[in-house]
Amino acid sequence: MTQLALVIDLNVCVGCHACVTSCKEWNTSGWAGPLVDQNPYDASPTGTFFNRVQTFEVGTYPNTETVHFPKSCLHCEEPPCVPVCPTGASYKRPDNGIVLVDYDKCIGCKYCSWACPYGAREVDEEQKVMKKCTLCIDRITDAKLPERDRKPSCVLACPTSARLFGDVHDPDSEVSVAIRERGGYQLMPEWGTKPANHYLPRQKTRMHIDLDELTRVDNPLRKEDLTTYTGEETLDDVAW
Amino acid sequence: MHPAFSVIFLTTLIGAGQGLYLAMVTGQLYSIPRFVEAQGDRFYAVGSLVALLFLIAGLVASFFHLGRPERAWRAAAKWRTSWLSREVIVLPIVMALVLAYGLAHWMVWTDPLFEIGALKVDVTLLLGVVGTLASLALFVCTAMIYADVKFLQEWHTPLTVFNFTFFGAASGFMLAAAYSAYLGNPLVSFYGTWAVILTFAALGSRLAHLYRNAHIKRKSTVQTAIGVRHNTLVQRTQGATGGSFNTREFFHGRSQRFVQNVRYLFLILVFPLPVLLIGASYVAESPNLPILAFVVQYVGLLAERWTFFAEAQHPQNIYYQSVA
Ligand code: SF4
Ligand code: SF4
Repeated sequence: MTQLALVIDLNVCVGCHACVTSCKEWNTSGWAGPLVDQNPYDASPTGTFFNRVQTFEVGTYPNTETVHFPKSCLHCEEPPCVPVCPTGASYKRPDNGIVLVDYDKCIGCKYCSWACPYGAREVDEEQKVMKKCTLCIDRITDAKLPERDRKPSCVLACPTSARLFGDVHDPDSEVSVAIRERGGYQLMPEWGTKPANHYLPRQKTRMHIDLDELTRVDNPLRKEDLTTYTGEETLDDVAW
Repeated sequence: MHPAFSVIFLTTLIGAGQGLYLAMVTGQLYSIPRFVEAQGDRFYAVGSLVALLFLIAGLVASFFHLGRPERAWRAAAKWRTSWLSREVIVLPIVMALVLAYGLAHWMVWTDPLFEIGALKVDVTLLLGVVGTLASLALFVCTAMIYADVKFLQEWHTPLTVFNFTFFGAASGFMLAAAYSAYLGNPLVSFYGTWAVILTFAALGSRLAHLYRNAHIKRKSTVQTAIGVRHNTLVQRTQGATGGSFNTREFFHGRSQRFVQNVRYLFLILVFPLPVLLIGASYVAESPNLPILAFVVQYVGLLAERWTFFAEAQHPQNIYYQSVA
């Protein structure tokens, strides 16, 4: 079975919100109608978003680290939001594992949002139905688009390639390899929701150089060399 | 959680309606062995009508909770998995049974259908028993909507079901006492006594609930929420400056002190005051005090339901701690 998901690399996310704006742009322009905002140009702008980038600070100043943290529906493999929905408007697609809301069936009771521990669902205050990330279902399944464009909007927009997209059930996919080899993890594993989306942890990139790596102590030419040099090129200086 | 008035009214009104209906049936059952004086059929019929009005008022309140009330009928679809769906099905069944019970009394359909020993079973008794079961099922469905959400640890306990049932039954019997007092009917002390017993049951279960919730160990932390292992971890921005659905739906927006005060308020209005008023009504033989007792307790129950919501802390709140 296929389970499409995002893998988000916290090591390279710079918190630019490009995914947020491109998500909003794509999903407010589609067949499902606008993702409505209230007071967009006023003092307290608010509105419905599928994706938010938050920022956390780790440690105590001056030893702090800033973690930018993009958050959207994780398309849980055991989605607690689905069984509670009284109308069946919330469902998990059997063919690709994406959790969706049928906006024509939703009665806007908000019960599903109570049953999501991640706060991934947001009511559209204008259409009065529940909305959430669709992994751009209308885009990734659109056969008219060239293959390279059949990805979620946020993935294509990310300037640092912090967002990977693919099938986490296929062991050889880019996302599965990333999860396996780079310590991919799930959010709030304690609830047993089995989120399909994973996050790649922050890591320090350190290079270790020993002193003897700077001079070639084992260079036989230099060891037995009796020549006196006067600044000319030697064999060591030649780049091969 | 943000306490929504639609849901506060829904749960308290149908609770009182179901309770009043249970009180009517209890009165009828007690009159069979002549433990209490048998009443004319009109007493049960009008009592059921009042119960039905409470149920209808609750139903109307619930529509204000929906974004798309015109699609409410769809909510009956997923009764296999959703307690909300089950409530949506059981509520009209209870309403129909209450109506049928009242109607059967109004039409005086009291010729025995059959007999079990000395017990003469008529239409009203049959409807009463079935309606009682449906009413109890409705208490369970309503409470399980809350108790079934494991993320709201304050609610995820059988005590939630006990609270809803006892509170509803207590206020319904209180209403029955008020109704009898209004008619100048001798059943007022019978209903009053039951109302006091049920109020004490509710007190025990709610105090146990408060005690439990004061000692909750949170499953989720900011560390598990973003998956970073460090003891010092704070949010700096939540990705929006003007708030979002997440800040409106899951926070009550009041100080802890305010919540505490509402808690004290309901602890006074729901328990000691109505009990004292009922006690005083025995002594003073006043027809007004039981009515007052019901009103005071109902107002207290509104405050109780408000705190029930305000108390619950959703794990998603971890992601919404700081604006900028
Ligand atoms: S993240 Fe929330 S909304 Fe998305 S599938 Fe999981 S529980 Fe449902
Ligand atoms: S808000 Fe809509 S999708 Fe969510 S539980 Fe209610 S009907 Fe289902």
